[in-house]
Amino acid sequence: MTPALSIRGLCKSFDRPAVNNLDLTVRSGEFYSLLGPNGAGKTTTLRMVVGLLPPDDGEILICGIDARRDPVAAKRIVAWVSDEPMIYDKLTPYEYLEFVAGLWSLESSVAERQARELIDWLGLGPHAHERCEGFSKGMRQKVALAGALVHSPRVIILDEPLTGLDAGSARQVKRVLRERVANGDTVIMTTHILEVAERMADRIGVIAGGRLIAEGTLDELRVQTGRNHTSLEDTFLALVAEQQAA
Amino acid sequence: MSAVSSVAHIPARRTGLHFAGTCGTLTWFAAHELRLAWRDWLSMMTAGRRGREKIVAIALVIFVVFAHVLAWYFVARYVEDSAEPTKPALVVITGSVLLAWSLLISQAMESVTRAFYARSDLDLILSSPAAARKIFAVRIAAMALSVILMAALLAAPLINVLVARGGVRWLGSYGVVVAMGATAAALAVAMTVALFRLIGPKRTRLAAQIVAAVIAAVFIIGLQVAAILSHGTLSRMVFLESATLVALVPEIDSLLWWPARAALGDLTALGVVLGISVLMLGAAIVVFSARFGDHAIAASSVSAVGVRQARRSGFRRAAPMRALRQKEWTLLKRDPWLVSQTLMQLLYLLPPALLLWRGYGEGTGALVVLVPVLVMAAGQLAGGLAWLAISGEDAPDLVATAPILPRHIVRAKVEAVLGGIAIAFAPFIAALAFLSVHGAIVSALGILAAAAAATGIQFFFRKQATRRYFRHRQTASRFATFAEAFSSISWAATAALAAGGTWFALFPAAIGLGILLAARWMSPHRH
Repeated sequence: MTPALSIRGLCKSFDRPAVNNLDLTVRSGEFYSLLGPNGAGKTTTLRMVVGLLPPDDGEILICGIDARRDPVAAKRIVAWVSDEPMIYDKLTPYEYLEFVAGLWSLESSVAERQARELIDWLGLGPHAHERCEGFSKGMRQKVALAGALVHSPRVIILDEPLTGLDAGSARQVKRVLRERVANGDTVIMTTHILEVAERMADRIGVIAGGRLIAEGTLDELRVQTGRNHTSLEDTFLALVAEQQAA
Repeated sequence: MSAVSSVAHIPARRTGLHFAGTCGTLTWFAAHELRLAWRDWLSMMTAGRRGREKIVAIALVIFVVFAHVLAWYFVARYVEDSAEPTKPALVVITGSVLLAWSLLISQAMESVTRAFYARSDLDLILSSPAAARKIFAVRIAAMALSVILMAALLAAPLINVLVARGGVRWLGSYGVVVAMGATAAALAVAMTVALFRLIGPKRTRLAAQIVAAVIAAVFIIGLQVAAILSHGTLSRMVFLESATLVALVPEIDSLLWWPARAALGDLTALGVVLGISVLMLGAAIVVFSARFGDHAIAASSVSAVGVRQARRSGFRRAAPMRALRQKEWTLLKRDPWLVSQTLMQLLYLLPPALLLWRGYGEGTGALVVLVPVLVMAAGQLAGGLAWLAISGEDAPDLVATAPILPRHIVRAKVEAVLGGIAIAFAPFIAALAFLSVHGAIVSALGILAAAAAATGIQFFFRKQATRRYFRHRQTASRFATFAEAFSSISWAATAALAAGGTWFALFPAAIGLGILLAARWMSPHRH
């Protein structure tokens, strides 16, 4: 089966290498969590995958589509949600989703049905026709997430989507993501909340210094560190410490 | 973006602690405000980049010299040697003072509105045990100081030329500038607070911006309208110097002329004018500083109240480019700041429109004045709209990750800008066509050229920012700012000469194209 995401030899340097010859494969229909300390290269990697940053070198295949050669085709099936929800203050959630539907050339009736479902799922109903300018961060993040999902992407890429959300909003977002994975879509998510990764991810990748230093299920990661029955936090810190020592 | 280029200006490391006065006193707060204001100004002048201080200093020196040369050219011939002022001289000086004063009130209202609606350090100030009244008293005084400094900076070349040609008595003009700034700040605070109490914080922001725009425009436009109606010209000076006006105004010993007498060095008048202005500012500080915090809290909590839009049934089917255009126009329509800016541009078009109206029976002589004004306004408006559409994208990631080619995104945004310009200027072109078809065609082409050039310059110097930074867009690239201004002037000159039917129009057109090519060459995105 074609992987949802296949990265080979990906490189990106700013003043120093941010992503250094990275190889990564995410299977179709899995929930993949990408962990790493600050400045490890997680966000840079994901921004290259969604076409926001040009890589210096390497190959990115999304569901078999070469994202560097045919970015428009790749973008059709990908959704991106950043940690800082950037939406239009002067549009309402309803208008925002209508705009996104236009960008992805969706059939209006289908898009509207999807939008209404998402607005209900994410608890945005009472605010659907209010401008976003007065929304809290949690509500803005939910609007951004609804925008990412309205075009039914096969691969959903999220950078720290739960940062700053209250418990109720975080639960709603997690529920929506789980449902997407259950429907066969792929979710790739970075997070600093290790408990979320531990509970939600099918597989976890640990990135440090722009390279993938460990990958697998939580049990497989524990084996790698030789620490059975420890939490993901202990395992993660041990892996990062090993890499830094090397 | 590299880490180095994104680093904001970092002040020099200090050794030891330097507190100006005891903590919590007025002087301590004043020192804090001055430090912030100085760094803000420095950051604005250097666009937040280190190592640019020398360039800024050189540019300022060049500007000062240039401004003095310009002032000499325009003002020197008006200076009279006689110690006793004449009535026409008092009329001209008073008119100029009122004109500048209206602009200062407008500028001060903008500052006060900004201070009310920017949350910035409000939480820190109001949650600290320091007396908020003191802080806001200093803040109002700082606003007045900034208005005075700005006015003094702009007036200095004129005053210096007057001193050089007419003697030291003209130094009194600096005192009048101080008085104008202080009273403008006092009035601006009073008017903004009055708006708050009358219509509430939710509507005050837009209302204050519109009032500021109208105040700035109304006196200039009023003079122009009077000049057009009485003398058939746009020149304000012709009206101020006219015998009709001189005959209508009060006699030479009237109190009305005291500010003008103060500017001419009459020490009694200067003392009274300065005294009244200081009293007005002091009263504004005493009366309004106590409630300033409450108003600022009310203003900053306005954003928490959602603005409800009309409920619509069904999504409209739209292709990506149409969706982008539609989005741009919706955001432009809902941007109160832009509304006031647009209003300002349109207000300034009123006098030429009046001239056009009067010109119906007088042939095509007015075209030479009207056409460049329209073209200039279009260029300036297009520059602002293009910045909002191209650089001021609030959801850049969303647009960049959409399945559309980047060139199509840019095309849709450019179409949105040019479409907005077409809607704004079509009525003027249509009206012009009744006077002269040739003039209308020339204007339409000039407007298109000026708008396209301004949009192009904004595209060459695009820099991702959110829309709320619109006010500071000039700081992103000085070159782009000047290129945009000179480009509009070039196309306005081209259109004026073309309307007059001379081939000399090709020269400013070549300059306009040259500016565009230079902008393309200087563009940080050319590779």
